[in-house]
Amino acid sequence: MSYYAPTSLGDVWPLLAEGEARVVAGGTDLFPTQGDGPPPSALLDISRVDGLRGIDHDDDGWRIGGATTWSDIVAAPLPPAFDGLKAAALQVGSVQIQNVGTLAGNLCNASPAADGVPPLLTLEAEVALTSAGGTRRLTLTNFLRGVRQTALVPGELLTALHIPRQPTGALSSFVKLGSRRYLVISIAMVAAQIWLDEAGRIGGVRVAVGACSPVARRLFGLEQSLIGLRPSDLVSFSMASDALDTLSPIDDVRGSAEYRRAAVERLIRDALGQAVERSDG
Amino acid sequence: MDKASNTATTSFTLDGEAVQCDPATGERLSYSLRERLSSRDVKIGCNAGDCGACTVLVDGAAVCACLMPTQQAAGRRVETQAGLVRDDPIAARLAESFQNHQAAQCGICTPGMMVSAMALLRQVPEPTPEQVQDALGGVLCRCTGYRKIIDAVVDTAALAGAPDGSGAVGSAVRRVDGLAKVSGTEAFGDDIAPPDTLVLRVIRSPHAHAGFVLGDVEEFVTDSPGVEAVLTAADVPGQNRFGVIPGFVDQPVFAERTARFRGEAVAVVIGRPDAMAAFDPESFPVTWAPLDAMATPQQALHPDAPPLNADLPDNVMCSGFVLHGDPKKALGQAEIVVAGTFTTGFVEHAYIEPEAGYATPVGDRIEIHACTQAPVMDREALEAILGWPASRIRMVPTATGGGFGSKLDVSVQPFLALGALKTGKPVRMAYSRRESMQSTTKRHPAEMSARVGATADGRLCGFEFHGDFNTGAYASWGPTVSVRVPVHASGPYRIADYRAEARAIHTNCPPSGAFRGFGVPQGAIAQESLFDELAEALNIDPLEFRIRNALGNGDETVCGQVFEQGVGIGACFEALRPAWDAGRADCDAFNKTGGHLRRGIGVAAGWYGCGNTSLPNPSTIKSGLLPDGTFVLHQGAMDVGQGANTVIAQIFAQAAGLPLEAIKLIGADTDVTPDGGKTSASRQTYVSGAAALRSGEALRARLLALVNAGPEAAIRAENGELLIEDGRQIHKVALNRMKPDTDGYVVAACETYDPPTDPLDENGQGAPYAQFGYAAHLATVEVDLHLGTVRALGFTAAHDVGQAINPLLVEGQVQGGIAQGLGMALMEEYLPGRTENLHDYLIPTIGDVPPIETLIIEEPDAHGPYGAKGLGEHVLIPTAPAILNAIYHATGVRIRHVPATPSVVHAALKEARHG
Repeated sequence: MSYYAPTSLGDVWPLLAEGEARVVAGGTDLFPTQGDGPPPSALLDISRVDGLRGIDHDDDGWRIGGATTWSDIVAAPLPPAFDGLKAAALQVGSVQIQNVGTLAGNLCNASPAADGVPPLLTLEAEVALTSAGGTRRLTLTNFLRGVRQTALVPGELLTALHIPRQPTGALSSFVKLGSRRYLVISIAMVAAQIWLDEAGRIGGVRVAVGACSPVARRLFGLEQSLIGLRPSDLVSFSMASDALDTLSPIDDVRGSAEYRRAAVERLIRDALGQAVERSDG
Repeated sequence: MDKASNTATTSFTLDGEAVQCDPATGERLSYSLRERLSSRDVKIGCNAGDCGACTVLVDGAAVCACLMPTQQAAGRRVETQAGLVRDDPIAARLAESFQNHQAAQCGICTPGMMVSAMALLRQVPEPTPEQVQDALGGVLCRCTGYRKIIDAVVDTAALAGAPDGSGAVGSAVRRVDGLAKVSGTEAFGDDIAPPDTLVLRVIRSPHAHAGFVLGDVEEFVTDSPGVEAVLTAADVPGQNRFGVIPGFVDQPVFAERTARFRGEAVAVVIGRPDAMAAFDPESFPVTWAPLDAMATPQQALHPDAPPLNADLPDNVMCSGFVLHGDPKKALGQAEIVVAGTFTTGFVEHAYIEPEAGYATPVGDRIEIHACTQAPVMDREALEAILGWPASRIRMVPTATGGGFGSKLDVSVQPFLALGALKTGKPVRMAYSRRESMQSTTKRHPAEMSARVGATADGRLCGFEFHGDFNTGAYASWGPTVSVRVPVHASGPYRIADYRAEARAIHTNCPPSGAFRGFGVPQGAIAQESLFDELAEALNIDPLEFRIRNALGNGDETVCGQVFEQGVGIGACFEALRPAWDAGRADCDAFNKTGGHLRRGIGVAAGWYGCGNTSLPNPSTIKSGLLPDGTFVLHQGAMDVGQGANTVIAQIFAQAAGLPLEAIKLIGADTDVTPDGGKTSASRQTYVSGAAALRSGEALRARLLALVNAGPEAAIRAENGELLIEDGRQIHKVALNRMKPDTDGYVVAACETYDPPTDPLDENGQGAPYAQFGYAAHLATVEVDLHLGTVRALGFTAAHDVGQAINPLLVEGQVQGGIAQGLGMALMEEYLPGRTENLHDYLIPTIGDVPPIETLIIEEPDAHGPYGAKGLGEHVLIPTAPAILNAIYHATGVRIRHVPATPSVVHAALKEARHG
């Protein structure tokens, strides 16, 4: 029975290597999954590790430390390309969850309904997986392998998210569909990012959908089809019949597969519309 | 080496004081605060971050203490409700505001609400309602409907909302028991036991239906350090059965050989707190042999279905029936006949306090402290289970964190009693959220079909109703549902020709029992939806149609009962007319603008007979004067948040001619307080209130008789002296010279009231209730045609309560009931094995309940105290059908299944477009 709360990464590795301790940061997934069973025999609390919490920015982009909370994201001065991520941060669980829950934990938990994944996909985030032997960087798509499955191997810790420089003038949004106002686990969600070219047409788009496939997905085909449109076209553009084919929504207590498919189309339009609206303000 | 401590000792600041504790690895901060540091104001509702009851501030930020390892708090500043209210002037104001607005009902969510509000108020002293919703969105409340909480937080700086009532009947005053709830001192079921008390954990069936064999239990006890004992069916000295209705006592405390629903108890493990905190239920020696399970009445009614109870070969537990006139003939003569089939799912009570309690052996007796709605019924159940006389069992109800019907049945009580008996030591237990959801009663799912006719001039002409109710594996209150539904399925209308039948069907589901309305809300969905269809077919305004058919004084009910007075449904409808007309116009104007959002307004009504159906249902209220001049009221009507402590005290004070603040309350401890009856059937204000009135009058008469004072004389007591002011004369009585009775009172009164009812005959004809209460709601919704989402925009609720004892409490009941009705209509469905937590089972949050206007109608009742009627269940009955009717008005689509989730509404919209 042991609780470890190292303050330096160097002290993390031997504890991780033992493989006995479960990593805890915000605890917002660890405790709920415990159910009525016994607590873990050992915990490795990474919330006090120097340098692991916070957001840094340089010419290459942003680094979000592995112990950074949703509330940290909300409070950080970030450009409009991050508005979608901020909107997601404000809708993760509740204030109580946002104050301690971390982005890294949200990724490692690898729920199909993880709120962080769609906006991070539109930001083309990468994760840094660090172990005593060094660090490897993976795209989010390569990191998230399936429902509750990631590329983390024993001895590794998700130490940071890296977000590359974003296209100039990028705007973003996030919409989440649930059956109630707060404390929502998504029926479906969409993150979008848009930037305009010099002619005021859509120069680039990124759209990602969550809770409609084992891992949230970018819709590359749809994105391509939107390039060159005018922002006003986004209200009523005709979506290709196969635009959502890469999704594989399921029936569950939150909604039917058919419903998800139909709702996602609408959410995509809403998300794109919201992203573009931000260009006015 | 800067490696931090891996020792267990953890130091932090708790409410301003440096504290230290030694938590186990992975121990939740909520547990450490409660069990190691005496901060029992931190409540545990879910242990999963879903309810927010355990919210504390850590370095000023709101967190769920159940999600934080205690060691993570090391060196940090932790603040809880009790400390905040004591030390922070803003929190003290917030507590005042909560009391002013009656923002705490049962009080179990209040710590989480107030602590969350403090995180906001320290940043934003005068927040908007929207800011309050955002800040409190992570805390669930099941009682209040949230609006009073929003009002209270918004009003913290101004404190402009103090009720100015005198305490007299009809005046709005704070709750008499509010201070404990807002200051963190209220003690609920899990707040009584000393920290070192032995802990009970239940071993439950993971299968809906399974045979099982217990392994070597003695060996398990020996081999498990810290485990002291195991209880099984073999440890039940009396009968291994409990139930709430004579003839339907069928549920075992522990299943024997076969478990009939998922979550059914088969054993209990008792051990030291540290051992039980680390206990893995999987380690218990039991072998399961899963069997085919019947999940629905349809399966259970199949001719080949095996009987769940050997005495009931067709799985039909019981049925109820009402026949009046000749409905077939009437329907044949009707101008218009509409028909429909309606279905509803299991609804979970979802009180934020899971069942919990503490038991201790005292000599040859056992004392049980637990949350409950019915302490005397609990004791009766234990008499049979223990095989003991009542005199050896003492039930001491704790504060009860919501009940809504489910805490009428025993849950933890038998386990606690048997555990104390087996070990000879005090024991405690608290259900986890999952256990609470799996094993306690639910609202019955219903499959209902009905046909209703009307004449061309819009008069109801024939009504037939059939409902099958999924009553689960054991009886609980299923018989009551099957009796209540046919009596109420007409709604409060004049229907001369009527036939209604309801059956309760056994399945391998959790027992369905009592839940605010006993099946009546389900029936109202069918009836009120069809009434809207009739009105439309006849081209009559839906409200007008209802007014035309509303029951009035002197009309016969479908049971042939005639009330010459007190029928207030017509007045409820009339009161809604202005809001209805304005709302229709607003919605029509909004919808003319086009777009994918459509608004609609719907109306529905309800009625509910207060008290038991055609059965004795007495309440007894005792009162007395102590030699020191204290007036004592033995308030045996369990207050589970609805406000009986205040209501009964107000009635008693009025009758006795005493100021409300002069009354000292003693609760429903079965050793000292007579039976106030169960808190159920909307009966406490009416029945216990009537007993309190009589007790107050009797006490007053005895006091006046001491000095032969006239009936108008004023009574007070001070410094051991009774002062009776009769005109200009002041009589003084030295109380310490009077001989106290065995209870210590120098003057006492004890009065009983039992509502006058008559039995129902084989056609359901008779006088089932002495009074009904009446209600009608307007719901305004906005439907997103693209997404199928439904957002409630507002409610107007007219309630005939006869006489509002405390109008603020009436509003609180109405708002809370509407929130539950909204949940039932739009989001709540319990699915065994799938929605056994509060993130998959959704109840409304603070952002889902819109403003609610309460219109209090007072059509006095001849039997009720000061004319008062019951209210607790009426508040929920019209809500769901009003919402469904509003959805229809908005979209032209009729939803016949609840919950009308976005997925369901979307499918119906799509079908309507393509159909």
